[in-house]
Amino acid sequence: MSWWALLALAAAAYGLKAIGLILLGPRAAGGRALRLTALLPAALLPALVVVNTFAGDQRLVLDARAAGLAVAVIATWRRAPFVVVVVAAAVTTALVRAVS
Amino acid sequence: MSGADRGDGAEGTDGPSDARTVDDRHLPARVRRDIWVLGAAVGVFGASFGVLATTAGLTVAQACAMSVLVFTGASQFAVVGVLEAGGSLGSAFGSALLLAARNAAYGVALAPTLSRRSLGRRLLAAQVVIDETTALAMAQPGRVAREQAFWTTGVAVFVCWNIGTVLGAVAGDAIGDPEALGLDAAFPAGFVALAVPHLGTRQGKIAAVCGVVIALVLIPLTPAGVPIVAAALGVVPAVLFGGAPAAGGTPPEPAGEPGDVEPREGGP
Repeated sequence: MSWWALLALAAAAYGLKAIGLILLGPRAAGGRALRLTALLPAALLPALVVVNTFAGDQRLVLDARAAGLAVAVIATWRRAPFVVVVVAAAVTTALVRAVS
Repeated sequence: MSGADRGDGAEGTDGPSDARTVDDRHLPARVRRDIWVLGAAVGVFGASFGVLATTAGLTVAQACAMSVLVFTGASQFAVVGVLEAGGSLGSAFGSALLLAARNAAYGVALAPTLSRRSLGRRLLAAQVVIDETTALAMAQPGRVAREQAFWTTGVAVFVCWNIGTVLGAVAGDAIGDPEALGLDAAFPAGFVALAVPHLGTRQGKIAAVCGVVIALVLIPLTPAGVPIVAAALGVVPAVLFGGAPAAGGTPPEPAGEPGDVEPREGGP
């Protein structure tokens, strides 16, 4: 991979990050647009969770990560501290992987 | 850069200082600790990126430069993964940029939090607009805590990801497989906890359900990256059918009661 290609990738990745924060975001300054942007994390974070858990190579998969997610949901519902949620999910996933 | 993680009072125009509202509360020490826990997991993945990058033919310097300059984990893994598998540079970049596209949506969500900062500061902030900074920032109830969470997470993840990359690129296979430790499940687990404050309103619930359904339907149909970006459209039915927001449409209403927020512990 050439340095030029690497720098082009860096520029494109930075452009995507900056376009929302600097160009698009500040234009959503009032009313309905602001309500839409305020709801973005509510739509994006749960989607990120299911993609990180159930996505394989362009297909849906059910593997050890799902067990970790189940534990994380229960721990969160039981109001466990953040660290406990994260560690319990990782340990569960590791154990399920180890025995399967 | 560490100076950036204090919401330093450069402007000093935050209104009367004795009227402390939820917007003025500082980030609890507990959340700062959580952020570094997430940072540690990021560091292990940084190491595995370093290993994979050098295996795929990048030099150590290129692997490290990519982690500093590109700084979007999923995209970086996509690039070196495609190259390692013998794919073309074009398809490597295509996958990487599709995965990075969600950062544009994160930037839109974070814009109100950083709107009072100078352009220079926001251009710096843009480099750390990623999953972790957005999730941690937007989970905080008030503007000051949101901004502090953003910068603290940005610094923690940037430092850990880059130290991890150097170690992985230099030490190679001496470092174990993060998946054997279940660390790939640590991120969705953390995001579950961080999504909860957004689910307290009817609009938030509708947005979440629609986002999840869109993502699940698109996973088998589209290249990686598209499902998450498309999930942003979940906000549309939420606004159309979710009724009026609880408090006049200001940015995210926290689900937790005021009693949930720990008193500030010594902050800046």
